[in-house]
Amino acid sequence: MLFDYLLRLADNGLVLAQRLGEWVGRAPVLEEDIASTNVGLDLLGQARLWLAYACEIDTGDAPPVRTEDRLAYYRDAGEFRNLLLVEQPNGNYADTIARQYLFDQWHVLLLAALTASCDARIAAIAAKAVKEARYHVERSADWVIRLGDGSAESHARMQDAMDALWMYTGEMFAVDATERALVDAGIAADAQALQSPWIEAVRAVLSEATLAMPRDDWMQGVHARGGKQGRHTEHLSRLLAEMQILPRSYPDAIW
Amino acid sequence: MQGDTRTMSPPHAGNDDAMASVWRALGSIVDPEIPVVSIVELGIVRNVARAGREWVITLTPTYSGCPATRVIEADVRAAVARIVEGPLRIVTALSPPWSTDWVAPEARRKLADAGIAPPGSGNRPASETRPLLFRRAAVKCPNCGSLRTEELSRFGSTACKSQYRCLDCREPFDYFKPH
Repeated sequence: MLFDYLLRLADNGLVLAQRLGEWVGRAPVLEEDIASTNVGLDLLGQARLWLAYACEIDTGDAPPVRTEDRLAYYRDAGEFRNLLLVEQPNGNYADTIARQYLFDQWHVLLLAALTASCDARIAAIAAKAVKEARYHVERSADWVIRLGDGSAESHARMQDAMDALWMYTGEMFAVDATERALVDAGIAADAQALQSPWIEAVRAVLSEATLAMPRDDWMQGVHARGGKQGRHTEHLSRLLAEMQILPRSYPDAIW
Repeated sequence: MQGDTRTMSPPHAGNDDAMASVWRALGSIVDPEIPVVSIVELGIVRNVARAGREWVITLTPTYSGCPATRVIEADVRAAVARIVEGPLRIVTALSPPWSTDWVAPEARRKLADAGIAPPGSGNRPASETRPLLFRRAAVKCPNCGSLRTEELSRFGSTACKSQYRCLDCREPFDYFKPH
């Protein structure tokens, strides 16, 4: 159960870092190329900390050798536990920024809550990661404002991006049986409690950006599940194909 | 972690002398990405201790994904192995998380001399933490000392830096992000 929760934490960073890495060499401006990859690097570093902890959890049915690399490179899409939001394609830069902002704003709240976990290892990783996440959300919020309150074209694209990604945000606040048990044990953060501060923060940024709050749809509320249970959109398999091909084709490769 | 323990060769005199020379050796290791300041001055070395014959050195990463972490560990191993004998263990401490508050005053001066604005020279007041474009507080230009500078990008050439530009001398420069 704890193993599964740690994968949820790790896979968000791992998958989003891979997406951000896709911008290397082709972001709209050099500064953003550097920024995207720096954010990705932080997220990848955080993912490694979560995965390293996951490797130490005895799940009873563990394969004999469990390492960070094995977890990253040899699981198929159905075994990944990341949010559907982070696996969505990069699209245009407004799509990338909208995805980043919606995630960052949630990530900061989640990590801040996890610093109070009674699991000392989780609290320590969260305390480290939340400082980085706070910096990330400043940048992504800035860009939402800059594009939303920019030209007619950038405004329209930013609004489209928010509207299109909004349905994937419901999952961030859904607490299933796995999470509920860990919340009750004082280990996990209560994701449901993050929803109103998140909405409040998003509303403030979108308002500053002259953007309209997107409308909830069927994936919010009772149907809000998917990635955390291993049911993904078609995009994750393709992302993993690219991310995993080297170690799967050349299992002995060292780099 | 693989290969964490190894045995050193040359013997050394008293414990306190050994401790002092280990700290000196660590103080001579520069950060691989900012080679003007040492890992001790940056606050990366948190503790040096002895448990029996074993030396235990506690390091903390600056940023979670900092690619210099592995190089720093290798440098520490090499430097300490030259000074003392006995097995060496490197412990990674995440808590409390690294902060630029730990960067020594001397290191701040060295950073500025190297053209990198030291951390905290442009902290925003806490009241200004809501996202507002183009409203970062002034960071002092390390070249001409002007406070009329502007942020070019939140991120720079390494995980710990952002990019600024001076509006007076027109020079771009790195700012060591307060963290």
